[in-house]
Amino acid sequence: MKARVVVTLRSGILDPQGKAIEGALKSLGVEGVASVRQGKVFDVEFAGADAAAAKAQLQIACEKLLANTVIENYQIDV
Amino acid sequence: MKAAVVVFPGSNREGDMARALKQATGREPSMLWHADHELPAGTDLVVLPGGFSYGDYLRCGAIAGRAAIMDAVRAHAARGGLVLGVCNGFQILCESGLLPGVLMRNANLRFVCRMQHLKVERNDTAFTRHYVQGQTIEVCIAHGEGNYEADDATIERLEGDGLVAFRYCDSAGNVGGDANPNGSRNDIAGVYSDGRNVLGLMPHPENLIDPLVGGIDGRALFESLASAA
Repeated sequence: MKARVVVTLRSGILDPQGKAIEGALKSLGVEGVASVRQGKVFDVEFAGADAAAAKAQLQIACEKLLANTVIENYQIDV
Repeated sequence: MKAAVVVFPGSNREGDMARALKQATGREPSMLWHADHELPAGTDLVVLPGGFSYGDYLRCGAIAGRAAIMDAVRAHAARGGLVLGVCNGFQILCESGLLPGVLMRNANLRFVCRMQHLKVERNDTAFTRHYVQGQTIEVCIAHGEGNYEADDATIERLEGDGLVAFRYCDSAGNVGGDANPNGSRNDIAGVYSDGRNVLGLMPHPENLIDPLVGGIDGRALFESLASAA
């Protein structure tokens, strides 16, 4: 079973990398970009098929390692 | 003073750190491996050196902060034992929960490697007794992720409780402005834990201990530690 975790910076946290990408997009002529925030995606494969159990484990994974909750939020999709 | 230096895969300043500790304390520190579970008996000070532990994968210090040895380091800190983290060591302390906040990418997105002045905020701690309060010292910095960030409540608490250890300043001692190399909140270069027995800082005092390399302003930190236990 496949799951995806998306980790993004909390709003209000300055994202210098996102700002640099935003500048690059604008210089490439990509129109209408108001802002860019960079995040991370983790694709995790589980051996079993228990979605609830997988979600619970990913919750632990996020709190313990995948996200730094001082500055990041996470979203789990199983 | 019995010191131990923890080496992680990707650490690269452990030799400099061991040299600074030996110079100040007169004895070689023990070198520990990240997979060890215990500190040598009687360890007074644990040092997490600079480098790129685990290649900075995930976030700087994130994986090292959860290494086996860190449980022993946390227990040592909880007993009031001294812990020093420099550069990547500071990042590891933040990721391990021993210090608040986080070190983000430098605001200008550049790796900065240069000499840097710091203001010593207080000299009544085990790390700074041999400095003068408010003293301006010159050490060096070498990092890409040294931009100290924490939520407003944490910053307020750090300031209110006197837990800021060092701030970036210019040669005249003026804090902030162009002297801030990385965008850190309140020009913070280093912070203490509540008990002031844990210190994390981005600059490298261990590299300024020999006149041969242009200065010895880092020595007093290690001499302070040597006389602390």
